[in-house]
Amino acid sequence: MKLRNPFRTAVVALIWAWMLLFVFLPNLLVIVASFLVRDDVQFVRLEASLQSYARLLDPVYAGVFLDSLGMALTTTLVCLLIGYPFAYAVSRLPARVKPLLIFLVILPFWTNSLVRTYAMKLLLATNGLTNQALLGLGVVDAPLRMLYTEGAVIAGLVYVLLPFMILPLYAVFEQLRADLLEVSSDLGAERWRTFRYVVLPLTMPGVLAGCLLVLIPAVGMFYVADVLGGAKHLLIGNVIKNQFLDARDWPFGAAASIVLTLAMALLLYAYYLSARMVRRRSADDALA
Amino acid sequence: MRWLKHGYLGLVYLLLYLPIAVLVVFSFNASRNPYRWQGLSLEWYARLWDNDALIQAALNSLLLATSAATLSTLIGTLTAIALHRYRFRGKRILNGMLFVVMMSPDIVLAISLLALFILIGVQLGYVSLLLAHITFCLPFVVITVYARLSGFNPQMLEAARDLGATDFRAVVTVLLPIIFPAVLAGWLLGFTLSLDDVVVSMFVTGPTFEILPLRIYSMVRLGIKPEVNALATVLLILSLVALIGSQYLLTRKRGKKHENSEEHPVGHLPAER
Amino acid sequence: MAIPEQTVLQLQGISKSFNDKRIVFPLDLDIRHGEFITLLGPSGCGKTTLLRLIGGFERPDSGTILLAGRDITRLPPNQRPVNTVFQSYALFPHMSVFDNVAYGLRAERRPRAEVQSRVREVLDMVQLGELAGRRPDQLSGGQQQRVAIARAVIKKPRLLLLDEPLSALDYKLRKQMQIELKRIQRELGITFVFVTHDQEEALSMSDRVVVMRAGHVEQIGTPRDVYENPCNLFVAGFVGEINVFDAEVTEVLGDGRLVGQIEGRRITLPARNGGFAVGDALHVLLRPEDLRLLPPERAEGFSGEVVERNYKGMTLESVIRLESGHQLLASEFFDESDPDFDYRLGERIRVTWVPNWEVLLPRETAQPV
Repeated sequence: MKLRNPFRTAVVALIWAWMLLFVFLPNLLVIVASFLVRDDVQFVRLEASLQSYARLLDPVYAGVFLDSLGMALTTTLVCLLIGYPFAYAVSRLPARVKPLLIFLVILPFWTNSLVRTYAMKLLLATNGLTNQALLGLGVVDAPLRMLYTEGAVIAGLVYVLLPFMILPLYAVFEQLRADLLEVSSDLGAERWRTFRYVVLPLTMPGVLAGCLLVLIPAVGMFYVADVLGGAKHLLIGNVIKNQFLDARDWPFGAAASIVLTLAMALLLYAYYLSARMVRRRSADDALA
Repeated sequence: MRWLKHGYLGLVYLLLYLPIAVLVVFSFNASRNPYRWQGLSLEWYARLWDNDALIQAALNSLLLATSAATLSTLIGTLTAIALHRYRFRGKRILNGMLFVVMMSPDIVLAISLLALFILIGVQLGYVSLLLAHITFCLPFVVITVYARLSGFNPQMLEAARDLGATDFRAVVTVLLPIIFPAVLAGWLLGFTLSLDDVVVSMFVTGPTFEILPLRIYSMVRLGIKPEVNALATVLLILSLVALIGSQYLLTRKRGKKHENSEEHPVGHLPAER
Repeated sequence: MAIPEQTVLQLQGISKSFNDKRIVFPLDLDIRHGEFITLLGPSGCGKTTLLRLIGGFERPDSGTILLAGRDITRLPPNQRPVNTVFQSYALFPHMSVFDNVAYGLRAERRPRAEVQSRVREVLDMVQLGELAGRRPDQLSGGQQQRVAIARAVIKKPRLLLLDEPLSALDYKLRKQMQIELKRIQRELGITFVFVTHDQEEALSMSDRVVVMRAGHVEQIGTPRDVYENPCNLFVAGFVGEINVFDAEVTEVLGDGRLVGQIEGRRITLPARNGGFAVGDALHVLLRPEDLRLLPPERAEGFSGEVVERNYKGMTLESVIRLESGHQLLASEFFDESDPDFDYRLGERIRVTWVPNWEVLLPRETAQPV
C-alpha cells in the first residue's frame, strides 16, 4: 500500500532518525577513531595514522584473535550439539507444555548473566561442588583444576549462550510440517533418511541463525573470560574493553573492533555464499 | 525411545539450572564459605536488605529493563508495520542497519555508542543506558512482530477501510489486537535482553545510575559475596511469580480450547501419544 | 478360509479411538485388486482415519490388516507397499519436482540411471516433463497435485491411497483431474482407495463406493447400487437429492405388489422381496429426476404448487408444495420439443412419477443426517 499519509511519514522518519543517530553515526565514529592517534586528555587527537592497525599485527594480539575465534567456534559447536536435539524434543511435546518449557529456558536470563557466570565459578572451583561430588564418588583422587582454564571459559560461554541457540531452532522445528515427515516415511524412507533429506535441510535456517546468535556475541563476552579464565585466557572482547576503559587507547580499541567486525562480516558472507551453493546444487541434480 | 527424549530434556534442564540451584541453596548457607554447608540461615538476606546500594542497583536494572522494553516495543512494532505495509525508499538500507545491530558483537555496539555519547555530550547515566538498550532490543522486536505480520491476512485491513476507518484507526483497532501476542513476545524478549546485558551496560553506564552488572562485577571477581546469592534468589522468585501470574491470566482469558476434530489435523509436529 | 484371488486388502475388525472418542467402530472391508474404490461420507465419519490406518500412520485399536494375505498391521508406513497422496500434497518445498518424484526410488537405493529414466517416464505420463527443475511453490495447484500423484505412483505400490486430493481445485480443474486419475488408474492397473465427501465425484469415478457415517459403514456397492438402491435414508440422502414419502401398507396384492396410503391417496407400489405386510410403515423414496410434472387438468398423481424454480443449464429444478405442505424437488431436462418450457412461481401442477422406480424402505425413527 503506497499511501502518502502522516502516520507512515512519522514512523518512517522516526526509525530512520534512530538508525542514523544510533547505528550509522556511532559506527562511523569508530571507523574514524581507528585511524587517529591517542590523546591523554580528549581520548583522541585528530591526527591520521595507521599505527593502531600496525600494532594489531603483533603476534600477541593475533594470538588472542585466533584463540578467541577458536573458543567461540567451540562454544557454537557445543551449543549446537546440545541445542538441536533439545529443540527437536521440545517441539514433539503436547502443545500445552511447550510455552512453559520454553519459558523455563528463558527464565535464567532474568538473573543477570554475570550472576550466572559467577554461579558457574562456584561449581567449577577447586573446592567447589563438582569437585566435591567427584571426590566423594571416588571418580577422582585429587580435585580437578577446572577454573581458569580455556575449558572453563568455554563452559561459561555455553552456559550463557545456549538459550540463543535453542530459541531459533525451536522456532524452526515448530514450523516443520508433520505431513512432510509422514510422506517421507510413506515413500519408504527410514528415519535416518527422513532426517538427512527432509528435517535437516528444512531446519537449516534455524541452525544458521542459532550459530550466528552464539558465535558473534561469544567473541565479545569479556566478563566470562574475566571471571572464569583469569588473566590467561582472553577474548578479543577483553582486549577491546581494556583499551577503551582501562588503558584509554581508543584508536587501538577501535581498530581491534573494526578487525573483529570484518572477521564477522566475512563469516556472514561465507554463510550467504554456501546457502546459494546449496540451492544451485539441488537444481543441477534435477536437470541432469 | 520416548524415555530417551524425555531423559535428554531433563538432563539439559538440569544443566541449565544446576548453577542457579547452587546459588539459591547457598544463599541460605549459614557460613560464608560457599563450598561447605553449615546450616540454614537467613543472614545473607538480612545483609542484602541492609545493602542499600545493591538493592538500588537491582531496582535500577528493573526500571531500565522495563522502560527499554516498552519503548523498543513501541518503536519496533511501528517499524515492523511500516516495513511490512508500506513501500518507501531505502527499505533495504534500513533492513541492513537493523541486521547490523542484531549481528554486531555487543562490544562493538558498546564502544560505538560510548563514542557517540561522548561526542554529543550525553551524560552517562540512565539516559545513555536507555538509548543504548532500546537500540539493541529494536531488531529483535522488529523480527518477532514482522514474522507475525507475514501471516496476517491483509484483507482484514481492507475490510476495515471499506467500512470507513482511516489508516491509523484500522491499524490500531484491527491490526494491533491480532498481532498482540507477537508484540508481547517482543516486549518479553526486550525485557530479557536488557536485564541480562552486561557488556553494553558496562560501557555506557555512569555514576548517577548504578545498575546491577557493574555493582556485582567487582564483587564477584575478587571474593565471594553471599549477598549476591540472596539477590539472585530473590530475582528468580520474582520471575517465577511473574511467570505463574501470567500463565494464570492467560488461561483465564483463553477459556476452553476446542478439541481437535476427528479428521486428522494437518498441522505441525504431532504430540506423541 | 481361502482368500479370493482378487482381494488385495482385507480389513478385519478394525477400530480406532482418539482421546476416548470412538472414530471408527469395528468394521470389515475387502478391497479388490485393480478396483477404484471410494470411501464416501460427511466430515467426521472416519473415512480419513480409515485411510491413515491403511497407510500405517495410525495403529488400529483392534483388528488386523492383511495385504495379499500378509499381516501388515504392525508395519510402519515405510515398509508397506502402500503409498498415499495427501490432501495438502505435502510436496517437499526444498526440493525440485524431479527430486520430489525421485525421493521414493532413492529411498529404495535404486541406481542413478534407473531413477533418471523412471522419473522422466512418470513425469511425462502426468504431463509435467518440462517442469522437472521447478520448485513446488512455482507450480499451480493442479500441477502440484500431479507431482504428488507422480511421486506416489512411481513406486508401483499395491494400493494407492488418495485423501480428498481434488478438494483444493476449482470446478473445471476438478473435472479434468477426475478423468486424469481414472486414466492413470487404468493405465497402471493399481488399486485406488479414494476418500471424498463429494458424492458426485464418488459416483462418477468409482467401481465401488463405501458410504460411511459416524465410524460405521452404511452401505457398500457400485455407484448404481448405492444411488438406485440405497439401504437406508442416510445413504439415500447423502448420495443425491431424494424425495421421501411416508406410507402405510394397506393391501398386499396377489402378484406381490403392495398398495399403500400416501398423502391420502391409494397408490400401487412395486413388489419387494423385503416382505412387507399389511400395516407396516414405509418410506417411499424417489429421486428428483424420477418425478414427472403434469398440467393441472390431469388426474394422476398429487396436486401442488410451484414454489421455487432453479435454472441449472442442463436441467430445470422445481420445488413443488403439495396440499399437505410436503415439499418435493423435481428435476427435468430441457428438450427440443418445448424450448420455452419453464414454470411460474405459484403455478398449479400435478406431480407423479415413473412407476417401478420407487425405493421402499422400512420406516426409520431417527432422522437422516
